[in-house]
Amino acid sequence: MAQELTPQSGRDVARANGETNTGAITFTPAVDIFERGETTVIMAEMPGVSAEDIDVTLERRVLTLRGKVKSHAPEGYQRLSSEYREGDYLRVFTLSDEIDQAHINAEFKNGLLRLELPRTTEAQPKKITVKAV
Amino acid sequence: MRPTNFPSWAYSDPSMDMRRLQGAMNKIFSGNRTPDQFSTYPPVNFWTGQDSIVMSAELPGMTDQDIEITVKDTVISIRGTFPEQASGDELLWLRRERPAGTFLRSIELPFRIDPEHIDARFENGVLTVEMERPEVDKPKRIQIKAS
Repeated sequence: MAQELTPQSGRDVARANGETNTGAITFTPAVDIFERGETTVIMAEMPGVSAEDIDVTLERRVLTLRGKVKSHAPEGYQRLSSEYREGDYLRVFTLSDEIDQAHINAEFKNGLLRLELPRTTEAQPKKITVKAV
Repeated sequence: MRPTNFPSWAYSDPSMDMRRLQGAMNKIFSGNRTPDQFSTYPPVNFWTGQDSIVMSAELPGMTDQDIEITVKDTVISIRGTFPEQASGDELLWLRRERPAGTFLRSIELPFRIDPEHIDARFENGVLTVEMERPEVDKPKRIQIKAS
């Protein structure tokens, strides 16, 4: 149900439209998506981001997940080795169903964003009874 | 003798294309995981100070109860278990990119660590461990007496 919109530049590194290059890089967060009944659950990894720096928008059917990272490099230390880099997060999905915007549940804990997107009642499958004539 | 003329794409490093091919193959066989995501070991960063070292690792979705840090002499080990994911028959998975299971990673440090002076914090999915050199191992300044 969730189709992804891939940003044009790079495979792993995404850059927001219109945003000028500030030297910071943007990552595509890893996600788990599953459906349970009428609810779609999206879990996105955004380590290093605090809850207030997360921005989730749903415009029509385009869901945008954004996270701004605060550098957690310790002060007064010199970098010895790096296996990962810090950067903002951005991922965009197109949802195939109409979502009940009033009942979206978003929760951020330990660097993991959990979104619960319930389908609207109109989007739920209806059983049509066939009358025998 | 005529010098060998490599095609323009090969003139910098012919093995680069091999590596690119290998990377592309790995991507195909690793399924639809997001590239650059770790499957087994979390990536770590290190910083050094005068007599201390800081290690940080990104472990989103874990809680402090899921992480176990042990230090012996110059080796630090991090063991972590990703919390059980939702399961059930009524569940329809559409995408699974996040790692699961248990990992154990041991890293050799440039000096011995004082087990009494370790400060570990876990915030927003980032683990930060600050370690200090034991007092006896610290370099000592020696006074030179003028005779």
